[in-house]
Amino acid sequence: MNATGAPAPAAEDPAEFTADEMMTACAARALRDGMTCFVGIGLPSGAANLARATHAPNLVLIYESGTIGARPDRLPLSIGDGILAETADAVVSVPEIFNYWLQPGRIGVGFLGAAQIDKFGNINTTVVGPEYDHPAVRLPGAGGAPEIAASCREVIVVVRQTRRSFVERVDFVTSVGFGDGAGYRERLGLAGAGPRRVITDLGVLEPDPATCELTLTGLYPGVTVADAAARTGWELAVSDSLEVLEPPTAAELAALRQLTQAEEGGQAELEGAAPR
Amino acid sequence: MAEIVSLADAVARAVHDGDSVAMEGFTHLIPFAAGREVIRQRRRDLTLIRMTPDVLYDQLIGAGCASRLIFSWGGNPGVGSLHRFRDAVEHGWPGALQLEEHSHAGMANRYVAGASGVPFAILRGYSGTGLESLPGLDGQPAIRSVTCPFTGERLTAVAALNPDVAIIHAQRADRAGNVQLWGITGVQKEAVLSAQRSIVTVEEIVDELRPEPGAIVLPSWVVGYVAAAPGGSHPSYALGYSARDNDYYQAWDAISRDRDRFSRWLAEEVYGEAGSLASAGAGEGG
Repeated sequence: MNATGAPAPAAEDPAEFTADEMMTACAARALRDGMTCFVGIGLPSGAANLARATHAPNLVLIYESGTIGARPDRLPLSIGDGILAETADAVVSVPEIFNYWLQPGRIGVGFLGAAQIDKFGNINTTVVGPEYDHPAVRLPGAGGAPEIAASCREVIVVVRQTRRSFVERVDFVTSVGFGDGAGYRERLGLAGAGPRRVITDLGVLEPDPATCELTLTGLYPGVTVADAAARTGWELAVSDSLEVLEPPTAAELAALRQLTQAEEGGQAELEGAAPR
Repeated sequence: MAEIVSLADAVARAVHDGDSVAMEGFTHLIPFAAGREVIRQRRRDLTLIRMTPDVLYDQLIGAGCASRLIFSWGGNPGVGSLHRFRDAVEHGWPGALQLEEHSHAGMANRYVAGASGVPFAILRGYSGTGLESLPGLDGQPAIRSVTCPFTGERLTAVAALNPDVAIIHAQRADRAGNVQLWGITGVQKEAVLSAQRSIVTVEEIVDELRPEPGAIVLPSWVVGYVAAAPGGSHPSYALGYSARDNDYYQAWDAISRDRDRFSRWLAEEVYGEAGSLASAGAGEGG
């Protein structure tokens, strides 16, 4: 498989699939039925909706527009898409979604994107370049991500892996992962456990239990450790129990393609845009 | 009591050069027609406030209306960057834009404090982020901490927002100026209640407000001006009235990328004949 979005051969399924489809299927599998999930738009939203359409029909989707328990039958184009309000169990105000629902730790998993992520899972969606006042690239900013990263019981990050996005140290910490390593979240008093999994278009990274450094634990079929290392801006640690992940099933691909059929351009969103 | 006036009159009376102006609407019910009227009346040196400065504020920033921006997420939803916003921040065109940047939770709580008549809000937020150490527009720390007088716990404090003017779009108002909105209602109620003055544009003005599930009503006596602006949230949408024009958001990417093309858009669609007609149409029905 290559990671440029071109079709890659599947090991077990005759259907061809793209790197993004592999990534979305992998992210969807990280969600269990009955979980509550605070969803960002773009890749996270695609994965959460795929999970609900396949193995997790009782997944509770929560968008920061205030829609709780949304059941869209196509991918929403924005976090305020009318289909979310029309299918939700409840629609609440924006202050309420953050104060009553997110802040007390009621929500199981936060699903985030990133423009940059570092080896301790810290996320930047604010500026690229060393100087905040004179950015090389001005990114959209925080949105709901800082408090999603702090308060959800765990966080899953979905991001395409390149040397530009996988950096030794983020230029700006928009959302805290594990700060400078083990014990950082505890010292800050952050309620949630932080990033448990980073899912890319090459494979999966998980924090080392002792050091919290992101460690390669899974690769997609046909991707090598060298491929992953070449797209990582730090010396990539590799798990002793590195596994090869299952390609998307025919059912997953069919469900994902049905969801995306009605969607126009939603996946073209700026990579790393935080949920709005 | 709210006065029912034309949109042009509402903007002329409520929005002045140098004001802080909050136009809210969270993807849904974004007050685009009012924003274009502010551009058309060539307001300058505004402090724009908005959780999600999207295409609406890209237009105002590109037109040179703003000197300062208080916000938490600035992008073209579902498409990518805001090119006029980026051009202002990265290159100072058409003028410098000073930023004060927050998270959504911080901004929402700042409006709540403003609406509640208290000077600050508390939340669990910002801890460990780079946002924590960014200054506010006055150069002082915008994010501070406060110790709970009951438990001794340290919490984050953010200052109340009290804009000079709040502008929102709603589905309906009655002839007394009571305003009704439903669907995703975002932070609009808090924005209106936190502001000194307010303008509400509506899809229609009706004899009687029928109940709608989940609707918010802003009583006439907390609203400054109501103006009929059918379709006034386009290209966003008004639940029950219109659908989101996704093609417009895509098209905006190309229009806004280039200064000349944007300037032509401004001349033709806002200052030109098409813009004047839109303004006249928006004034009907009051």
